[in-house]
Amino acid sequence: MSDAVIGALIFLVKFFLLFAIISVFVLYATWYERKVIGHMQQRIGPKRVGWHGLLQPVADMIKAFFKEDSIPRDADKLFFWSAPVIGTVFAMMAALAIPFGPPLVLFGRHITLDVVHLPSGILYMLAMLSLVSFGVIFAGLSTKSKYPIIGAQREVAQVISYELILATALLNPVIMAGSLDLTKIVDAQSHLWFIFYQPVAFVCFLISMFAVSARVPFDLPEAENELVAGFMTEFTGMKFSLFYFAQYVVIFTVSMLAVIFFFGGWLGPSFLPPVAWLFIKWAFFIFLYTWSWGTFPRYRYDQLMNISWLILLPIVIINILWTGFAIQFGLPYLH
Amino acid sequence: MSVETREMLINMGPQHPSTHGVLRIILKLDGERIAGSEPEVGYLHRGFEKLAENMLYQQFIPYTDRLDYLASMNNNQSYVVAVERLLGIKAPPRAQAIRVIMSELGRIASHLVWLATHALDIGAMTVFLYCFREREAIIDLFEAAAGNRLNYNYARIGGVAFDLPKGFKENLQKFLDIFPEKLDEYHRLLTKNRIWLSRTKGIGILTKEQAINWGTSGPVLRGSGVEWDIRKAFPYDGYENYDFDVPTNQTGDVYGRYLVRMEEMRQSRRIIQQAIEHLPDGPVILQDSPYVSPSKEKIMTENFSLMKHMVLTIKGMRTPVATLYSATENPKGELGFYIVSDGSGKPYKLKIRAPSFINISAMPTMLKGNYVADVIAVIGSLDFVFGECDR
Repeated sequence: MSDAVIGALIFLVKFFLLFAIISVFVLYATWYERKVIGHMQQRIGPKRVGWHGLLQPVADMIKAFFKEDSIPRDADKLFFWSAPVIGTVFAMMAALAIPFGPPLVLFGRHITLDVVHLPSGILYMLAMLSLVSFGVIFAGLSTKSKYPIIGAQREVAQVISYELILATALLNPVIMAGSLDLTKIVDAQSHLWFIFYQPVAFVCFLISMFAVSARVPFDLPEAENELVAGFMTEFTGMKFSLFYFAQYVVIFTVSMLAVIFFFGGWLGPSFLPPVAWLFIKWAFFIFLYTWSWGTFPRYRYDQLMNISWLILLPIVIINILWTGFAIQFGLPYLH
Repeated sequence: MSVETREMLINMGPQHPSTHGVLRIILKLDGERIAGSEPEVGYLHRGFEKLAENMLYQQFIPYTDRLDYLASMNNNQSYVVAVERLLGIKAPPRAQAIRVIMSELGRIASHLVWLATHALDIGAMTVFLYCFREREAIIDLFEAAAGNRLNYNYARIGGVAFDLPKGFKENLQKFLDIFPEKLDEYHRLLTKNRIWLSRTKGIGILTKEQAINWGTSGPVLRGSGVEWDIRKAFPYDGYENYDFDVPTNQTGDVYGRYLVRMEEMRQSRRIIQQAIEHLPDGPVILQDSPYVSPSKEKIMTENFSLMKHMVLTIKGMRTPVATLYSATENPKGELGFYIVSDGSGKPYKLKIRAPSFINISAMPTMLKGNYVADVIAVIGSLDFVFGECDR
C-alpha cells in the first residue's frame, strides 16, 4: 500500500475518532451540566431516563429529531437552512487542529494526535472559531423576526468585543513559545506552565472564553429571559439542536485551548498517559462553565463591550508589550 | 441604495418568559435603546369588582385570594379589615395577632418569589431555586394552618377561620431561626456581585416626585425615598404594638428597590417574632357578634344560633349605609378596598385599588432611555402580579 493511501486512512480514522469524542461530549455535557447545576441548586437533575438519567440526552435527541420543522413564511430559506450547518461545520473544523497528545510513533510511522497538523494551528483555529458566529448572525437575520434580529445584533457586538481579546491574550504564550504550532507551545511549557508566567493573559482569555462560547455571564445573543431564545427563537427540531451542538463544540475547543496554552496541555506526571492529563485539566474548565452558570447573573451587551474595549484591551496590549520587552532583554522569564 | 435607520416596534409579551404573567409592553426601540414604551394590561381580567356586587360580603373572601395569588393571606386580611371597618367591629386580639403573623409570612413568601424571579430574569438561576426552598417552608406552615397551599381563604370577618394547629409555633420558630442565615446567603450571592450591581444600579430611576405623582406605593415608593407604610400611617390589626422599621432607599433605581425589599423581609421576621412571643389567648373569631356565624356546636344545639346562621348565609349581614375606603400594606403596595354599602348583605360597589396596576403605570417613565435588557430588570423590580392588576 502506498504512503498516500495509508496517510488517508489514518486521517479518516482520526477524523471519526474526533467526531465520536465530540458527539459523546456534546450529548453528555448537557447531562453533566444538568446534574452538576442540579446539585448546586439542591435538586437532583435528570433521574428518570436510564440510570441516574444517563439516557436523558438520547431521549432529548430523539425528541428533537421528531419535532416539527417549521420555517417562518418570510424567512430567507437559503440562509435559514444553512445557518445551523455553518455554525456546526466551522466549530468542527476548529476542533480538527486540537492536538490530543505528543506525536506517536506507530509501526515506524510518525502520527500526530490531531486530525490536521498545521504549523500555524492557532491562527487556523481562531479563524474557524470566528466563522462560527456567522452561523448565529445568519440565523438571526434570515428569520426576519424581531427578537432574532436583536439576538444577531448582539452577536455582532459580542464578536467585535471578544475576538480581539481572545487573539491577543493567546499571543503571549505564542511569543513565549516562539511558535504558532500547538504542539510546540505545549513543549515550551515542559519547564513551567505558562499560567505562572502569564496570569493576566490567562484571566483575559478566560473572560473572552465565556464570551466566545456565549455562556453565562455573556449568553447575550440567546438571553432566554430577555429575547425568548434570541437568534434561535424561530428554529425547531434538529436545526435548533445543531446550534447547541455548535455551541458545545466551541466550548470543547476553547477549553482545550485554555489547557494547551496555559496549563501545559498533556504534560503531567508519567503515571497517567498524556491524553488523560489533557482531559483531566480540560474537565476542570467544563466544570467552570457550569459553575459560572449557577453563580452569575448576565451582563448587558453594552457592558460587555465596555469591559472588552476599555478594560481588557489596554490590559492585554500592555501585557504583550511587557512580554516582548522581557524576552528581548532576557529577563529571567524563559529557561 | 440608501441606508436609513428606523425605530423598531416590538411586542414584549403577553407570551414572554419574563413579563411575569400576561403583561404586554409595546416597545419602541432605537437599536437596543428604548425610545418609548406602552404597557398593555387586561389579559387576565375576570371582573372581580362586578362579581362582588352579586355576592355576600363573606362570600367574596375566597375571591380576594385570587387577586395577588402570591400573597393570598395579605389580601384576605386586607378585605376583612375593610369590611370590619365598615361594620365597626374588631377581631379579638388573638385573631389579630394570627393575622399579623400570617400576613407577614405572606409578605416574606411574596418577596421570596419576587427575588427568585427578579434574579432569574437577570440571569442568576440559582437564587431562584434557593428562594423557592425557603418559600416551601412558609407554604407548609400555611398548609398546616389553612389547609391550602396557594389560595388560603383563612381570614374571616371578625377573626380567622381556625386557630393555629398543634406544632405550628414550633415550626414557625424553626423557620424564623434559619431565615436570617438564608437571607445572608442571598445577600452574598447578589448584593455585592459586580454583575448584579452593573445590571441594577442607575437603571429604571423613579425620582421621589415622580413616584408620588404616579401614585406608586409599597416598596416602589419606598425605594424612591418616601417613608410611607400603611402599617405605620393607618395601623390595623394592632400593627401599632409592634416594633419595626420602614426601610427606604434614596436612589429610586432597581437596586434601591431591591435593597428595600430585602430589608423588609428582615423586618417582617422581626414582627412575627414579636407576635408569637406575645400571642394572646382567647377566641380566634368574635363571639356573639351579629355579623359572625356562631360556632358549629352552637348552631347544632341552639335555636337562635341556627336562625342567625341561616340569615347570615342566605341574606347576609345588615350593614350600615356608608362609603368607606380602607387600605392595608400588601407586599406589592397599598391594597385598598372602596366599599359602597346600601345596607344590604351585598356591596353596592366594591372597587379594588390594586398596587400592581398603579405601579405598572409608572413603568414608561422608568424605561425611557434604557436598554431592552433593562426592561426585564425594571419589570422584576416593580414586582407586579397580574391577578391583582387586571382583577
